[in-house]
Amino acid sequence: MTAVKVPVRAAGGVLSELSPGRDGRDLGWLAEARLKALEWVGKNGFPSRKDEDWKYTALDGILAVPFVAAGAGPGPRVTLDLINKAAIDLGGPRLVFVNGHFSPEFSRLTGLPSGAVVTTLAAVLETSPDRLKPFLGHTPGEHHAFAAFNDVFAEDGAFIHFTNDTVVDEPIQLVFFSDTEGVPLMTSPRSVIIADSGSRATIVETYAGLDGDVYCTNVVTEVVLAENARIDHYKVQNEPTTAFHLALLDVRQARGSQFASRSVMLGSSVARHEIRVRLEGVEAEVSLDGIYLPQGEQVHDNTIFVDHVATNCTSHQLYKGVLDDRGHGVFNGHIMVRHGADGTDANQKNKNLLLNDRAQVDTRPRLEIYTDDVKCTHGAAVGQMDDEALLYLRTRGLPLESARGLLVYAFVQEMVDRIELEPLRASLEALVSTRFGSGAHRVQQ
Amino acid sequence: MLHIKELHASIDSKEILRGVNLDLKPGEVHAIMGPNGSGKSTLASVLIGRDGYDVSGSVTYEGQDLLALSPEERAAAGVFLAFQHPVEIPGVGNMYFMRTALNSLRRQRGQEELDAVDFLALAQERMKLVEMDQTFMSRSVNEGFSGGEKKRNEILQMAILEPKLAILDETDSGLDIDALRVVASGVNALRSEGRTMLVITHHQRLLDYIVPDFVHVMAAGQIVHSGDKDLALELEANGYAGLTPGSARVGATA
Ligand SMILES: Nc1ncnc2c1ncn2[C@@H]1O[C@H](COP(=O)(O)OP(=O)(O)OP(=O)(O)O)[C@@H](O)[C@H]1O
Ligand SMILES: [Mg+2]
Repeated sequence: MTAVKVPVRAAGGVLSELSPGRDGRDLGWLAEARLKALEWVGKNGFPSRKDEDWKYTALDGILAVPFVAAGAGPGPRVTLDLINKAAIDLGGPRLVFVNGHFSPEFSRLTGLPSGAVVTTLAAVLETSPDRLKPFLGHTPGEHHAFAAFNDVFAEDGAFIHFTNDTVVDEPIQLVFFSDTEGVPLMTSPRSVIIADSGSRATIVETYAGLDGDVYCTNVVTEVVLAENARIDHYKVQNEPTTAFHLALLDVRQARGSQFASRSVMLGSSVARHEIRVRLEGVEAEVSLDGIYLPQGEQVHDNTIFVDHVATNCTSHQLYKGVLDDRGHGVFNGHIMVRHGADGTDANQKNKNLLLNDRAQVDTRPRLEIYTDDVKCTHGAAVGQMDDEALLYLRTRGLPLESARGLLVYAFVQEMVDRIELEPLRASLEALVSTRFGSGAHRVQQ
Repeated sequence: MLHIKELHASIDSKEILRGVNLDLKPGEVHAIMGPNGSGKSTLASVLIGRDGYDVSGSVTYEGQDLLALSPEERAAAGVFLAFQHPVEIPGVGNMYFMRTALNSLRRQRGQEELDAVDFLALAQERMKLVEMDQTFMSRSVNEGFSGGEKKRNEILQMAILEPKLAILDETDSGLDIDALRVVASGVNALRSEGRTMLVITHHQRLLDYIVPDFVHVMAAGQIVHSGDKDLALELEANGYAGLTPGSARVGATA
């Protein structure tokens, strides 16, 4: 089909200049889904601060940039060296995407057991597009414009499928690197992870780019876990502070499945990481952890929706933020316990450390419960540096800056410690400690 | 080694120290006793550089103007306070903390840092001094420590950091009888010609173990009475009655 152009009445209006230039590969159902998504945006516009879930994060900055959709082709400056710097090579299978498109020269697909299919969305669109119908056809993000935009523009990303009882020991790395030099690209990676019954694997997503580039990563990752499957998902968002990052991680879990997400937010000018989990099968378990460390003028928004549909499911959330300079953090966590979801065990905790009078955090843990037989807790805390601890450390000889760094690092360390992949943990520890100055490093042994 | 002259300190225009005069020579142990709220901890706080006070008067430490130094510079110069209420620092390992502290001091003094192995050996040796179990080293600093355990941990730090001027603020309070003996003997083991101590206490009993060269009484922000170790016994018998700033008599201040 040829390019459709739907007038999009966006706040800033510039994103409307984007229009999907489909190339005829699109099948009827896909073209239709894309058109529907675009029309949805046309009708509903972009979210504003009047929307509950977008209340705290200003999008003006994003909407003001005249983004263009990223096409295929290598970035002008990207090298393997840059990629390895941005995302430590964990040694296992690794898919690298540059500006949202698969880059075979930087990727490695060896070492996978036979029950693991690790390929790209573009390849599946080419060879067996109908497999994508349950994903690209149903638009998990229909109710907000950015997810819908991803529906419209998604062309590539990872496609991963683990068949029954497949166990992949090595972590599978997905690296999304942007190299947009002067052109404000909007990339729309779309990844699909399907874990059949009893399968287990670890996925690590990293987002990075080059300082000074203005671009927007608008990503959707869908994870579907069948009975007793287990996926450990890591996400490191370290885009340059000139970039924008909008993400939706959509998870559906069947009986007895386990999903764990660990998110580390470091980069971007404005970043929003939304996670939606639907616990559809009994005894499913999900744990969501995150740290966010906005400084300068950065905005880091974590929006979470955990939907307890089935009985006896468990969900845990622990998010910690350290906010410096004029940094702004958002924790917007919503737990829904549906009618009949008896035996639910849900908890949610958000803790923040403000390093500065001008830093800001909006924290809103929410519980919505429609059944009696539940165990739910939630809590939010916002604190400042403990002056008494600071003095104590200084009287023992630690210079002020080291003492501050040590206390900040102590605050986030428990989160870094939850990262079980050793090389990843070490590299994140280094990233986080560099951020908090020379005094910050591993403080437990 | 420490000369405190007409030291005044106030907070929110409330005067707490009202002209403290005190002279400590190298190797001496001075005890300060006095009623609650008389300013003993405040004196310690001013000496280690806690901010928030309006301070006047002078404090000369080894020929330097102590009040001009930051807390970490004072530490590097050899000043140490065992706090009356040690703070808990969740997330910071006790062992790591002490090694970092020692190495910060060594760095500021231009000495080579100790690696983890050498430090462990040193720590183990000093832990014996206060009969402290190694499990405390792998916990977060003071977190969940009992009152007495916190005090032991303070003395352990003193043993590791080897200060020249050690101020002990009620290190005996919260210790049971056996612990008191252990901690006191640890402190005694650290007595040396080059180490001066200022021991703040309410209990004459501590001074049976750590025998001071001088005992001072602080009341209403001044040293109102000074004597030798027998003064503590006298106070034990008669209390502080009659010892007010007005009745100050200069005793055997060194
Ligand atoms: N930050 C502050 N603001 C107001 N008053 C203070 C402050 N710090 C100390 N004080 C007051 O100063 C006085 C002296 O306190 P300090 O802690 O020095 O007493 P102390 O002699 O150590 O008593 P104790 O034997 O009970 O430990 C007390 O009346 C106390 O309430
Ligand atoms: Mg006191």
